[in-house]
Amino acid sequence: MEQLVKLIPLFPLISFAIIALMNRRLSKPQAAIIACLGVLLSFIDSAVIFQSQLQSFHPVEVKVFDWIIAGNFNASFSFLVDPLSSIFLMVITGVGFLIHLFSVGYMKDDDGMRRFFAYLNLFIFFMLVLVLGNNFLVMFIGWEGVGFCSFMLIGFWYKDNKNNDAAKKAFVMNRIGDLGFLIAMCLIFFNFGSLNYSTLFSPGFLADSSVSTETLTLITFCLFVGAMGKSAQIPLYTWLPDAMAGPTPVSALIHAATMVTAGIYMVARTNIMFSLTPDTMTLVVIIGIATALLGAVIGLFQNDIKKVLAYSTVSQLGLMFVALGVGAYTAAVFHVVTHAFFKALLFLGSGSVIHAMSGEQDIRHMGGLKKKLPITYLTFLIGTLAISGIPPLAGFFSKDQILSEAFAHNKILFALGLLVSLMTAFYMFRLFFLTFHGSFRGTQDQEHHLHESPLNMTLPLIVLAICAVFAGFVGVPHVIGEGLGIHNLFESYLAPVLGSSSSHIEASIEWMLMGLTTALIVAVILYARHLFVSKNSVPESDLQMQAGFKKIAYNKFFVDEFYNKVFTQPLDKLSLFLEKGVDVPLVDGLVRGIGKLTQSLASITRKIQTGNTGYYAIVFVFAILLLFIFFI
Amino acid sequence: MLTLLLILIPLISGFILLFTGSKNARQIALVLSLIEFGFALFALNILKSSATESLSYSIPWIPSMGISFHLGMDGISMLMVLLSTLLMPLIIYSSFNKRYSNSHNLYALMFIMQSAMVGSFTAMDGFLFYIFWEVSLIPIFFIILMWGGENRQKTTFKFFIYTLFGSLFMLLALIYLYLHTSTHSFDIQALYAAGRSLSLTEQGLIMGAFFLAFAIKMPIFPFHTWQPSTYVAAPTPGVMLLGGVMSKMATYGLIRWVLPMVPDGVQEYGYLIISLSVVSIIYASCIAIIQKDFKYLIAYASIAHMGLISAGIFAANMQSLQGSMVEMLSHGINTVGLFFVYDIIYKRMHTSEMSKLGGIRGVESRFAFMFFIIVLSNVALPFTNGFIGEFLLILGVFQTNMLAASFAGLSIILGAVYMLRAYQKMMLGETNSLTSHFPKLEKQELITLSIIVILIVVMGVYPKPILDITESSIQTLLKGIQ
Repeated sequence: MEQLVKLIPLFPLISFAIIALMNRRLSKPQAAIIACLGVLLSFIDSAVIFQSQLQSFHPVEVKVFDWIIAGNFNASFSFLVDPLSSIFLMVITGVGFLIHLFSVGYMKDDDGMRRFFAYLNLFIFFMLVLVLGNNFLVMFIGWEGVGFCSFMLIGFWYKDNKNNDAAKKAFVMNRIGDLGFLIAMCLIFFNFGSLNYSTLFSPGFLADSSVSTETLTLITFCLFVGAMGKSAQIPLYTWLPDAMAGPTPVSALIHAATMVTAGIYMVARTNIMFSLTPDTMTLVVIIGIATALLGAVIGLFQNDIKKVLAYSTVSQLGLMFVALGVGAYTAAVFHVVTHAFFKALLFLGSGSVIHAMSGEQDIRHMGGLKKKLPITYLTFLIGTLAISGIPPLAGFFSKDQILSEAFAHNKILFALGLLVSLMTAFYMFRLFFLTFHGSFRGTQDQEHHLHESPLNMTLPLIVLAICAVFAGFVGVPHVIGEGLGIHNLFESYLAPVLGSSSSHIEASIEWMLMGLTTALIVAVILYARHLFVSKNSVPESDLQMQAGFKKIAYNKFFVDEFYNKVFTQPLDKLSLFLEKGVDVPLVDGLVRGIGKLTQSLASITRKIQTGNTGYYAIVFVFAILLLFIFFI
Repeated sequence: MLTLLLILIPLISGFILLFTGSKNARQIALVLSLIEFGFALFALNILKSSATESLSYSIPWIPSMGISFHLGMDGISMLMVLLSTLLMPLIIYSSFNKRYSNSHNLYALMFIMQSAMVGSFTAMDGFLFYIFWEVSLIPIFFIILMWGGENRQKTTFKFFIYTLFGSLFMLLALIYLYLHTSTHSFDIQALYAAGRSLSLTEQGLIMGAFFLAFAIKMPIFPFHTWQPSTYVAAPTPGVMLLGGVMSKMATYGLIRWVLPMVPDGVQEYGYLIISLSVVSIIYASCIAIIQKDFKYLIAYASIAHMGLISAGIFAANMQSLQGSMVEMLSHGINTVGLFFVYDIIYKRMHTSEMSKLGGIRGVESRFAFMFFIIVLSNVALPFTNGFIGEFLLILGVFQTNMLAASFAGLSIILGAVYMLRAYQKMMLGETNSLTSHFPKLEKQELITLSIIVILIVVMGVYPKPILDITESSIQTLLKGIQ
């Protein structure tokens, strides 16, 4: 068992090492096979582990080696397998493998394909370390490691400095969050003397400790700052849309299915701490819902297929934080899982579209792809239905669980959540109709080149689509499940780690909410159909865009420009001032001044040394006279 | 005896090289430096078997003044000796395909400098330490003066006078302590005892005097203005010794000569130095952001890192001191790495102005890859040696001074800003007419870089052996303070 756990991250690490070291000596197909194999083996291994956790709750701790030990600080490189990490293991390796498979086709003409797979494998390794870590520091290794891989993959096409800027932005913004994480670790060690989960989260440990709620609040706040960076929440979300500069499989794997959910994993992992700090929880809810709304509103007006999906991710992550904030940890993790399926599906689908369109990403130049790309069309439709929350697809169950938990917590929160869901349905179907329905709006060249992707790209789409349809059934809500005799497997699996939901609303109300939500979503979809299919309307070009809310939203509320004015430029100015205004004139000026002073003093005293004997004699006599006077 | 040998071998090596002529000087130098490294490893082995007495060596030197030639090694000294003996062959090897005129003299001076530095790391007598400290300055002065670049006369003069000025205060402090010893002795234990018997104010002043000397050498703000210009003027092997090893003499000095000598002063006034160090970190990081020349950027980045080490030393707890020890070693290795990268680029492009470069990654990807690992270590990514040190430092400082640690933590953001910006400007993007002809790396360059990269990763993944070297010595030191 222990060996099996160690092997999970080892497989992709070995693949990475082989590809990185052999590089050009491997042919492209060889590199692809090694990369896929590494993740596949890891997936099988994870499935075995998952299975064993399914039978009974028995967390497994595996120490790999001693890492940093200094005095009473002891953080070993060790792993923890429990239901929470097993679920993440399954998602990372499962979706990861499918995306690897997809990439084989997607990247086959790219010169840097080997490099691409090496980074992708390394990413999987770090992501696995992140969720397997048995203490905060090991989580931090994964945390920073995935950030680094994300940096490399966003800037994968490094010749274009736009990509490099996006990569750098992602890294630096994540680093701001990481500082929060780092300070949180310092606080935890300072107050509890350990970073190990098994110590910190042993029953009653936190409650029995004499640490004040204020301190705990500070700790969870700092942790949450870390989560904000990694999971792209206000105010640290602007890197994620820019991160779409990377190849599309990267967007699917890192910036939709796995890495960006690390923040949710972290909060879920430390749920015992968060539950003790209601103030932070309130903040999590506020940030979550605000981000969900902001992402959805911006998503309404974007015309780049990947940008729409990116803002959709930002928005969905916000919903997950809402769930965390109201204490519905299981609902949040459930949404992570279903979201991983349908968002990966949508991103890969968009990849298939972009591939077919020879790199075109603007939906205003698409349309009518339905006939040319039948598999992509069908799977994309499933993904769109799933994210919109149409029963009985996966998205319905997880989103419904979040909304009903929100309802139990606060009615306004529910209303806002519902609004987000409606906007989601609208912008997703807007995207869907503009891409696949109507007539083709691109160039003739593009139209001529249109083709369905090969099997190794469509197969992952099909598998993900199946998951997006059926994955929801593992988490059927009690109201539905009771009648059908279906148990909420997901909840009971995670219950030992995350507890079960405390808030229950009446069955009749829950049925009503479900009905209302679904009816409204269907209405929105029909409205979108009316607009974009029946009336055939297409968003206007950038030049025609009228001023007003639409333009502001299209320009993402000018947040990037704001950050640039308030943070980036002042930092440069400060730096310039420190160098030209302080360092050179003042600090070094003082040093030079002392040097000059010595010189001028020397030039004065030098005049005394005339070399004239008579002069010396006179000085000598006077000096002796002075001494006499002084001593008498 | 072995400790004495560690000082004598480089000294003798230096004299041998003076007479070999420049033809085979580099090969001879490499062999000699490896012999020294071998002896250092042997010493490490002895230290591990805890037969530390055999590493101690003492004969009376100027008995009338209580000065003895007393050498000794504990884990702290050991790590520093390892640093200097490990870097020396690396630095020599990195200079292999560069032709320096009269290279035998250059290597000879480097060896003499190494001898003095090892001396200062092992001296257990205040006067002896001072002598080694000053002697080490002379070879580097000539190295820069004779093999340096533009403005070398002016720069070396400033460097020399500035550091000498600082040392003067250290000498005064040593004499003051000497006068307070019961037996009139410069022996380290006697000085410790004398220092601890002083009043709080006196301890504070002694600390300040030592700190002035060490702060100039590290350097940290506001005593750093000699450093960027000196780094730029110095030839690559010289600046590697200066930034990689010599700066550590200062931080070592703080641990060996200040913490145990005036513990109450450190307790009382240490926060002043921690604050100054944190200011230094942010100040230098900010200035690094806008540097146009890569060598200046390395110089300011170095000031930022040294600031963190200094803050960690004055936080004086197990984590911060262990962190500072690891960081000294890491910073030494990484600084040599960065200067080597600079050298590789400058040799080919004849410029290190970053805006004139770009796209090198597309031409020489292996170089770009290894350079990037060095960058990652400088931004303290986990699994690089830079992380181990910086994490322990921030963790340690945090326990003494939360606010200072949080501000010091800003360096992980600012560091990412300036390092990635520099990397992008030089390595990424499209090539230009200059960089499109970037010649491939030679074998010797690849090997040198590989060694550095391997050290970075191995130390980052498994730092335990390094931490073990100093663990017990730091524990003893802390026990003595409390």
